[in-house]
Amino acid sequence: MTLPVISAVLAALLAPELNAAEIPLSDRKSGYEFMGAETRAMQDDDAANPAMLWVLDGENLWRRKQATAQKSCAECHGDAQTGMKGVAARYPAFDPARGRPVNLEERINICRSEQQKATPLPFESKELLALTAYIAAQSRGMPIESKSDEHLAPFLRAGREMFNLRQGQLNLSCSQCHDDNWGGKLAGAPIPQGHPNGYPLYRLEWQTLGSLQRRLRGCLVGMRAESYPLGASEYVNLELYLMWRARGMKIETPAVRP
Amino acid sequence: MIPPMVPQPTRRRFLAGAATAAATGIASPQFLLLTTRPAAATPDSMRQAIKNVVGEARLQKGRVKLDIPALVESGNVVSLAVSVESPMTASDHVKAIHVFNERNPQPNVVGMRLGPRAGRATVSTRIRLADSQTVTAIAELSDGSFWSDSMQVIVTLPACLETL
Amino acid sequence: MARALVNVPANAKRGDIIEIKTLIQHEMESGFRVDNMGKVFPRDIITDFVCKYNGEEIFRAELFPAIAANPFFTFFTRATESGTIIFEWSGDNGFSATESRDITVE
Repeated sequence: MTLPVISAVLAALLAPELNAAEIPLSDRKSGYEFMGAETRAMQDDDAANPAMLWVLDGENLWRRKQATAQKSCAECHGDAQTGMKGVAARYPAFDPARGRPVNLEERINICRSEQQKATPLPFESKELLALTAYIAAQSRGMPIESKSDEHLAPFLRAGREMFNLRQGQLNLSCSQCHDDNWGGKLAGAPIPQGHPNGYPLYRLEWQTLGSLQRRLRGCLVGMRAESYPLGASEYVNLELYLMWRARGMKIETPAVRP
Repeated sequence: MIPPMVPQPTRRRFLAGAATAAATGIASPQFLLLTTRPAAATPDSMRQAIKNVVGEARLQKGRVKLDIPALVESGNVVSLAVSVESPMTASDHVKAIHVFNERNPQPNVVGMRLGPRAGRATVSTRIRLADSQTVTAIAELSDGSFWSDSMQVIVTLPACLETL
Repeated sequence: MARALVNVPANAKRGDIIEIKTLIQHEMESGFRVDNMGKVFPRDIITDFVCKYNGEEIFRAELFPAIAANPFFTFFTRATESGTIIFEWSGDNGFSATESRDITVE
């Protein structure tokens, strides 16, 4: 099956759930477009972007020999600028060994435990954020790839269902804000479309770099819904759907958001 | 030297409160609890903080331009720039730029020392604003004069007093 | 040592006014945040930042808790001669960090 055919099959698989609320591809906007001029200026200048501090740390970690196997990422993957180019643009990706999609953070930890014989880095730890940011930054400017692996279909569907599911005490779905009411205001702040094209990113509210998972958990808590534990497959399915929803949009990692 | 956790205004108010409570014989544990939280700066404490820097000299308007957005997206990170008209020569230059606020827990934001080597009296940084308020920048010139500029800023998400 | 990012042009003409940008990783715990039980998170901030050009101080800042996390400063200086520009940060709990950049001035 050729690539365009596979993409069409995936799109068809999702078609029954396609409702009028979904944002037309040409109307999609990055969260960047909803920010004020000063925040955009922070993202645009690598010498002023706080997220670059983590990217620099990640560069160091990339070269550091790890634990038992005494292997650094660089030894297998070479220079990240070439070796990791385009990687973030196609994650989450299907892992045949696990029979499910894994996101970039999980992939890094799989490499660490299986190849480097090192302990996995805790989710949201400074090291994992730094390494993820450094790797994802190598895809900056590249378009997010369309998901073409048919193995991903059931997980994509699960992510989509979660996006449309009314949850929590407020009985709100992600779709109601981010498909139906993007551009409006919530407590004075503009509602973006919810595309994860800049993660990991420096969020002004956090005053630090954080992952998509951190943001999703924040959303769920905000909706007064129960959040899943860190690393839960629900987040990966949702990330998979969100990246599919953002297909073709440019990666902005390491982004800055309010 | 780490300054005391509880700024002066709170201590004064606590003492006044305790004296009042003692005088009227009212035991007021709730009042005592309130005063252990840091008091917010007020226009008065900002004026006092400015006076500590300016002394008895006259504070003049002009020559200083404070660049800060009128409406900020997050009180946690507010971009701020200060520019002062000055030839920046050995005999005529900006010695220092001070920034103050009126509604954060305390009135000082930053004090920056320049000099003729700067070439241009323009600095920028990022600050926290706890609430909508006035921010004031003061330039101290080599001739001993002080110049100021102020801006009113609206903050929709407060910074310092956020609890987890 | 805390991660710092400084931006200084590598080359300049004598007399040029150059812009210097500095960024350092630090949480700048204000000392005003309280947890759910009302306990204050102790203050832990950078209090001083100094920049020296061939040993001579060209910029100094005294920071208060109102400076945002990961302190960022930009300022200008005249490119007078080739040499080394040093950046020093210090603060609560013995915090200390240094960066340096060489500059060639023709």
